Amino acid sequence: MTSLTREEKTAVARQFTEALPHCKALGMQAYEIADGKAVISMDYDSRFIGDPQTGVIHGGAVSALMDTCAGAAVMSHEKAPNITATIDLRIDYMRPATPGQRITARATCYHVTRSVAFVRAVATDEDESRPVATATGTFTADHGLDALTAEGGK
Amino acid sequence: MKQPPEPVQVVKERRDGALAALTESIPYAAFLGINFDRRGDELTAILPFSQMLIGNPYLPALHGGCTAAFLEVSAIVELGWTYLWDEIESGRIDASVLSPTTLPPLPKTIDITVDYLRAGLPRDGYARARIIRSGRRYASVRVEAWQDNRDRPYAQATGHFLMPKRDS
Repeated sequence: MTSLTREEKTAVARQFTEALPHCKALGMQAYEIADGKAVISMDYDSRFIGDPQTGVIHGGAVSALMDTCAGAAVMSHEKAPNITATIDLRIDYMRPATPGQRITARATCYHVTRSVAFVRAVATDEDESRPVATATGTFTADHGLDALTAEGGK
Repeated sequence: MKQPPEPVQVVKERRDGALAALTESIPYAAFLGINFDRRGDELTAILPFSQMLIGNPYLPALHGGCTAAFLEVSAIVELGWTYLWDEIESGRIDASVLSPTTLPPLPKTIDITVDYLRAGLPRDGYARARIIRSGRRYASVRVEAWQDNRDRPYAQATGHFLMPKRDS
């Protein structure tokens, strides 16, 4: 199997991310996905509210955004395979996201071993100086699986 | 003299009504299709499979994000329900007038850690939350989710929650 170029990897990661049914349902839009970094955002939607008394988006929707963004960062890392799965993800909520504003997650895959990728992510609303949430996660980096899906996809 | 026991229908109506008010107060839970099964005070959260929950179309497998949300909703509803149970059973809150707008405020998530134990399959998921510690201000909750086999969980989570300020 020939390995993909950097541009191809980025395109694959972006296309892959936006086509995932759950990401589509949440209206996620992928921006930069390259070199172990990803930026993905999600518009405010009343269906994603967690508490109608405040109109604040549910933490679970923020989790989905963080998980997707972290996974995309892993897939775009030069040492990581094109397919990954979350091992664990911890999310800390700093403050409620302001109702009506879009949420943007920025993830960095800062280390990859032969089997594990390590990621950090931050989510903000339109006030980018005060984070809404931060996340740390570990993802699978199974190179054997990569070859399997490449074969299976043909 | 001893009071006669309440008719079972009255008891069920009160409890199911309070639970419905609580779960219907979370739009995102409805968006994902989460509902709850009640046996006495024990709740089981159910996430019926739907195509929009898929995160890996090749396997196929559920998106980790919907699993995280499922566990978080289960934990918050368990905390809200435990508080509500005492209030409606003691009569401090009249369950018949409870609605999503008159409900006591919900706890807020401080942090949640989700472990993905195996791929979520394209079928229904179930989850049960257990309150490990609930103080006046903070609570710690553990949640486990499974699909076909109760002994083979596909995800678990531990979360900390900020409890709403109560009047008393």
